[in-house]
Amino acid sequence: MGAPRSLADCTAGELRRLYAAGEASPSEAARAVLDRIAALEPTLHAYLHVDCEAALRDAARWDGRAGMEGAPPLAGIPLALKDNICARGWPATAGSRILDGFRPPYDATVTARLREAGAILLGKTNCDEFAFGSSTENSGYGPTRNPWDPMRVPGGSSGGSAAAVAAGEATLALGSDTGGSIREPGSFCGVVALKPTYGRVSRYGLIAFASSLDQIGPFARDVRDAALLLGVIAGRDSADSTSAPEPVPPYAEALTGEVRGLRIGIVKEFFGEGLAPAVAGAVRAAAGVLEGLGAVCDEVSLPHAVYALPAYYIIAPAEASSNLARYAGVQYGHRTAHAHDLYALYARTRREGFGAEVKRRIMLGTFALSSGYYDAYYLRAQRVRSVIRREFTQALERFDLLLGPVAPTPAFLLGEKIEDPFQMYLSDIYTIPVNLAGVPGISVPCGFVNGLPVGLQLIGRAFGEATVLNAAFAFEQATPHHTARPALAAPPRADGGAQARA
Amino acid sequence: MIDDRTVAHVARLSRLELTDQERERFRAQLGDILAHFQSLLALDLAAEAPAEHATAITNVLRDDTVRPCLTVDEALANAPASEDGFFVVPPVIEGE
Repeated sequence: MGAPRSLADCTAGELRRLYAAGEASPSEAARAVLDRIAALEPTLHAYLHVDCEAALRDAARWDGRAGMEGAPPLAGIPLALKDNICARGWPATAGSRILDGFRPPYDATVTARLREAGAILLGKTNCDEFAFGSSTENSGYGPTRNPWDPMRVPGGSSGGSAAAVAAGEATLALGSDTGGSIREPGSFCGVVALKPTYGRVSRYGLIAFASSLDQIGPFARDVRDAALLLGVIAGRDSADSTSAPEPVPPYAEALTGEVRGLRIGIVKEFFGEGLAPAVAGAVRAAAGVLEGLGAVCDEVSLPHAVYALPAYYIIAPAEASSNLARYAGVQYGHRTAHAHDLYALYARTRREGFGAEVKRRIMLGTFALSSGYYDAYYLRAQRVRSVIRREFTQALERFDLLLGPVAPTPAFLLGEKIEDPFQMYLSDIYTIPVNLAGVPGISVPCGFVNGLPVGLQLIGRAFGEATVLNAAFAFEQATPHHTARPALAAPPRADGGAQARA
Repeated sequence: MIDDRTVAHVARLSRLELTDQERERFRAQLGDILAHFQSLLALDLAAEAPAEHATAITNVLRDDTVRPCLTVDEALANAPASEDGFFVVPPVIEGE
């Protein structure tokens, strides 16, 4: 180690210790992160909105108190929100031009919980429009770039959150995952990224994409931080009837790193055609590490997992086409200047405000729900979801966890897949089945391919986040991958043109 | 499977005005995407119940009591056009 690390690169756990020891203050940490944002945003564009004033004000409130007895768990920790999560008074575009100028009059439940937990809210991160995408290129406000290689995508749809955490532009961040939108960017940016069980975290105040699949979850630079953040946002919320009453265990405190005797199923179908050999190698090596720690690995088959992608691309667009009906130029957001009747107001406002992928998915979803096609597509996809759920449940009776890659490749180049929607959809082929099954999945850094990070996916039982996190923690303790940071982020005085190396 | 008429019909149901260029592009792209989904049509799923959710959840009702909510002004604050506590839209009854 050469120069002392910037506070912007510290984990939440490290900041808490520094605060407790009186060696750093939340204001200093907030300034370090805001300086990093100022230095790197011209290159990365991870944020759509940064509120320096509010962040410094929140930070000052915790100076001298964060780290003390009785301080809440995230006191003085700088944190970013994906732009589809509402924070009262801040813009919330979900990456769409149709929500230009919209400022929600209320906080999402997760936002309210973060405020109560003492987090310093920095701003809103970039994402694919309405979370439709795997690269953040579908944002109506321009793409985010990968801190490991600015020629490449950060993944998506929560690419801004993943890039911000990887580059020290936030200590922690929230994203949302409908088919892989937390885990895939987590893999591409080399950070820890968790999609909780459906219902584990309230969706109140999350701009809806596919309501039966959407779930909010944490990004962090180590597993302990992810566990800490999950503990703050998880739990029943009377404002979301799909949030679950299951008790919230102390995720961070329960991490032991002990995996002896843990049964791990290696999903056969996740190692088929399309998986880059180097990614397969890194993931198999990771399974070997867990075995070396005493876990018992064996192959398991999920025969219908291959049908998850088509089922998902019927169900998710169908729900999206319904959820997005509200963007019509009446209640909020963009309204066309050229309409003399109501139909034209709707149709033209939506033409002007929505990007190509949103239009494509609305069309696909409307088609699948339309008379004559409903049974053949939508209902059939729902039946496939039943089969997939059962296969996961059965596999997770035999095994404590399932293991596989997060994505078939490391981060791809900007522009590489944008003209071929189906190729883009394939980026989520190993994450989508997990959303259909409703169970939790994590991406934890497990190596590098040509200098680009690769994530290991661990999948658990419904509400089994503690087991998922503990196995990820054990792996992290035994490997150095999560400590690697993009060259862009350090030294802190980046010139913005530096090329990243592992 | 997806022809121009279907695209026009679905666009109308979707309340989406499309340019000729978009109509052509979506016809090709939706056809391509649906072609990849044909594997689903071959599955025998007659015995499977459709799953509307990923987890088994049931309807939840709360007590029918008044709770704090947005004021009219807050609810209208983001509206492109409002007047006297209402959203303003173009005339609805005016033939097509």
